[in-house]
Amino acid sequence: MADATYPDDLRYHEEHDWARIEGDQATFGITWYAQDSLGEVVFFDPPEVGATIQKDSSYAEVESVKAVSDVIAPMSGEIVEVNDALADTPEQINQDPYGGGWLVKVRLTAPAESGQLLGVEEYRKLLDG
Amino acid sequence: MRTPLYEQHVDLGAKVIPFAGWEMPVQYEGIREEHSAVRRHVGMFDVSHMGEVEVEGPGALAFLQRVLSNDVAKIAVGGAQYSCLCQEDGGVLDDLFVYRLGGDRYLIVTNAANHEGDLAWLGGRSREFDVIVRDVADRYAMLAVQGPHARQVLGSALGIGLPPRFHVSHVRIGRRPALVCGTGYTGEDGVELLIDPEVAAPIWAELLDAGVVPCGLGARDTLRLEVCYPLHGNELTPSRNPIEAGLGWCCKEETSFIGAEAIARARSEGTAERLVAFKIEGQGIPREGNSVLRGGEEVGAVTSGTFSPSLEVGAGMAYVKSELAEVGTEIEIDVRGKRRPARIASRPLYAKRS
Repeated sequence: MADATYPDDLRYHEEHDWARIEGDQATFGITWYAQDSLGEVVFFDPPEVGATIQKDSSYAEVESVKAVSDVIAPMSGEIVEVNDALADTPEQINQDPYGGGWLVKVRLTAPAESGQLLGVEEYRKLLDG
Repeated sequence: MRTPLYEQHVDLGAKVIPFAGWEMPVQYEGIREEHSAVRRHVGMFDVSHMGEVEVEGPGALAFLQRVLSNDVAKIAVGGAQYSCLCQEDGGVLDDLFVYRLGGDRYLIVTNAANHEGDLAWLGGRSREFDVIVRDVADRYAMLAVQGPHARQVLGSALGIGLPPRFHVSHVRIGRRPALVCGTGYTGEDGVELLIDPEVAAPIWAELLDAGVVPCGLGARDTLRLEVCYPLHGNELTPSRNPIEAGLGWCCKEETSFIGAEAIARARSEGTAERLVAFKIEGQGIPREGNSVLRGGEEVGAVTSGTFSPSLEVGAGMAYVKSELAEVGTEIEIDVRGKRRPARIASRPLYAKRS
């Protein structure tokens, strides 16, 4: 697996999730740290399109050979798309956590929540702490 | 506690986890790669956390016959045998291999978590026998070298051959005495080396140079699960007897071992539950503790579950009501609230390609 990377255009949640916010929509995924802790992902159990998700609550599961992990919503919203490609290639979550390994696209119901998320420097500090 | 190879694991970038009081590598590069290295080529595991107990003296055979479920008299010098260590009620305290090193000298390899308990149990029951029970765990590091190429690699890298399956031979490695045991926990050909802790690091380095892939406890677990070897603490516990676990074959009640009466009764009367292997049909990965359902009713519980790297599907073992233990029976596994269809499968789940 590649070295740790944390793009600076993303907002981060302390449960090791990221959000790429574009207007009232956002793409969510898990961070490099999260995928590295989990190990090789073998299964992504996505939510259904149309489902409502709550900031700080679990909306999906990712599983490695050995462990299962809840995925926490960094922001509230409604699922508009899930990354169907992960059904066949869940390893994308390890190989490209901010690109091909994205999990869901969400229509944000409380865009102001972005203010509660961490910037890249704060997130790095959290990891170093 | 740390094994003599702890530094090597850290240098290789292993993820280290606490296991039975030890800091053990759970994986290096990744469980799937390590798993497939053992199935296709050769991998090695530091299993120095496992315990060793030496039993020696004129009463050694009579003593072992009393405490172990199998017929210890069948082991020739240089032989090895799998056995259960049972309580009076047939509950399994540990499952282990016994190696006959000499006429009245035997070595038992215990599970790390049970080592102290086994020692106390064996010590307590040894008093009426002319035998000495010794904790020799500190004398040995243990390396499992497993896979279809194990024979060839051990021959060229260490200049030793593999003893036949279920045999043990005395050799010298790095000018120190060592035991090579034709046993393993992966379903592949291979050996377990019992070596002086002083030479563990150079032997590890030698094997690494020869292309042997270091493997952690994660792959050890997926490998054993695919071939349905039980794990003490999961499939085997003091509240389960060997019959319900499908280990009747290693219980010889005629030897009057501790627990024989209870086990004979379980054998003749049957048990309420049986250990089965199952595969998920479709998506989902079963985990230890998940409920097994049939027609919406809870009929058992998963003891071990994982994603099987060889079968590429969720699979595991579970205790279910005996009347449902038939191969082919459709069940559901409650995976955190989602009912995943599954089917009871024949054991082993993965059969080695020959």
